[in-house]
Amino acid sequence: MPPETRTPAAPGRPQPAQDVIHNIGYRTYDGPRLGRAYARRSLYSQSLRGAYGLGRSAKSKVLPMILFGVMCLPAAIVVAVAVSTKLNKLPVDYTRYALWLQLVIGLYVAAQAPQSVSRDLRFKTVPLYFSRPIERVDYVVAKFAAMASALFVLTATPLLILYVGALLAKMDFSEQTEGFAQGLVSVTLLSLLFAGIGLVVAALTPRRGFGVAAVIAVLTIPYGAVSTIQNIALHSDNTTAIEWLGLFSPITLIDGVQTAFLSATTSFPGGHGPGAATGAVYLLVALALIAGSYGLLMRRYRKAGL
Amino acid sequence: MAHATTVDYVTVIATESLSKRFPRVTALDRLSVDITPGVTGLVGANGAGKSTLIKILLGLSPATEGRAEVLGLDVATRGAEIRERVGYMPEHDCLPPDVSATEFVVHMARMSGLPPTAARERTADTLRHVGLYEERYRPMGGYSTGMKQRVKLAQALVHDPQLVLLDEPTNGLDPVGRDEMLGLIRRVHTDFGISVLVTSHLLGELERTCDHVVVIDGGKLLRSSSTDEFTQVTGSLAVEVTDSDSHPDGTAALLAALTGAGLVSRPAGRAADGSPASGHVLLVDLVDEGTYDVVRDAVADLGLGLVRMEQRRHRIAEVFRDDDGRGDGHDADGRGGEPAPQTAWGAGWSKTPGPRHEQQNGGTSDAA
Repeated sequence: MPPETRTPAAPGRPQPAQDVIHNIGYRTYDGPRLGRAYARRSLYSQSLRGAYGLGRSAKSKVLPMILFGVMCLPAAIVVAVAVSTKLNKLPVDYTRYALWLQLVIGLYVAAQAPQSVSRDLRFKTVPLYFSRPIERVDYVVAKFAAMASALFVLTATPLLILYVGALLAKMDFSEQTEGFAQGLVSVTLLSLLFAGIGLVVAALTPRRGFGVAAVIAVLTIPYGAVSTIQNIALHSDNTTAIEWLGLFSPITLIDGVQTAFLSATTSFPGGHGPGAATGAVYLLVALALIAGSYGLLMRRYRKAGL
Repeated sequence: MAHATTVDYVTVIATESLSKRFPRVTALDRLSVDITPGVTGLVGANGAGKSTLIKILLGLSPATEGRAEVLGLDVATRGAEIRERVGYMPEHDCLPPDVSATEFVVHMARMSGLPPTAARERTADTLRHVGLYEERYRPMGGYSTGMKQRVKLAQALVHDPQLVLLDEPTNGLDPVGRDEMLGLIRRVHTDFGISVLVTSHLLGELERTCDHVVVIDGGKLLRSSSTDEFTQVTGSLAVEVTDSDSHPDGTAALLAALTGAGLVSRPAGRAADGSPASGHVLLVDLVDEGTYDVVRDAVADLGLGLVRMEQRRHRIAEVFRDDDGRGDGHDADGRGGEPAPQTAWGAGWSKTPGPRHEQQNGGTSDAA
């Protein structure tokens, strides 16, 4: 008979403590221990899920899911219009789509990069990770890869919607496939670059609010400055300056690379995008920034253990 | 090394003149110590080098010189293997407030290499063993300090390690929580068969929990001995007597009489006992059964009233008290089996300044 039916609670008598430790026998674990690579994969998948609020509270799902919806909605509308009006060409380029919605991507990075790294720093979970088989490089690689993958999902999904829609509207298959592939290369580079910049900035501070503000600032201020100076250069007919100025903000960097190599039309003022030679510099700078962010993250976590 | 006396002798942790120097401080200074299976207390004031030692043992921080082995694995080269078999509970808060204990511990189990299903099963088991039930599904932000400490312990145990390193597990707990945590730590060894290295700056709580105590100070080994050696080999008898007209100070008269009878005795300092009457208490070293008779006869001969006579275990704090003056005398053979030299008792008795002693006394006074 359960104790509560046998001994009804006497008023004024304290109930037995609920946190009594019952000894129901300890079982040892003899199963496999999957080691470092598995731990790194686990951290990767946990961080990737976390970037969309999965496995976390309902509240933390709201913002990433809204941004994901905002990112996909225009693509769905474009597809709906294209299918219903029987266009033979999509009204928006695959490569242009991410640039068009760069604000949404920026907001997503600003919200989720601090979520990914600042939390671990703030709640001092990092030492716990380093007391496990993984090393510093595993932590940085897992976090970087997870953030880049999350961004890739965010930016590639609308492209996929466009592509599927274009095929449903019976547009030219090879043309659409080529455009889609170029778009995917472009958003891959964009995901890596934005993930790197976002994580480096976010890892500087354990305060999430500062992280959000700092990421927004780093992504938007250079863009504003570059666009303004490019427009001034356009008015003074200095087209070379327009070409080179794009190096100084992340999004124009991507624009430059895809204009030079991925047959995209540039959004630089006056359409003065970089040619192949200048484009090579753009590509190098973009890759150097990605490598640099990785290096900075490794440096950042050198002292963060325990 | 001449350790072959015990049959089941195995070292869990072995360090050999382990040093760690930072540009300005020496955190560890030629520390050589062997730790056997069981519950081992690592005692030292804040900044004594406890956390540095744990970092080195986990293979996270290279030693400046010397070497260390954990479970027979060299910390310098096989850190990842060590961390797979060792659990670590940090001193500071390390729990994200917006996830539940279950999710957090499952994640940590997977980070230790457990496959997903095993991670979930062991999480449920481990949380139950540390005494977390329904609340384990709630976000940890709403937990009490005691519950948080349990989750921290659970994440250190979830992958069934052979050794756990617990950094100040009783920090911030009230006396009841402290007792529960200490009982839990004891059970980690007795019931789970996991060796424990637990750090604390309170000696008193360790004497009840640990089989062995290592004391470090300023990065140096002060002492390393089993708890039994301190508290049983040098047992003593507390005697309290009344004063009489012929002997206005009964305690002093008895002290003289006992010394005359060849017994080593001394007045108990107030700090040693904590009770107001301890100024009138004599501590008599217990030689054999005959000691009781000698004391009884001495009291009777003096015509004093015997208020109490009780057997008392020495507390670790008392034993270490006199180590301050000659701290590194035991470095070479930290596990030396000799009991605390009895002649040294009186020496350090009155000069007990310093915050460390305050802490020790604070920890021991409730142990009576």
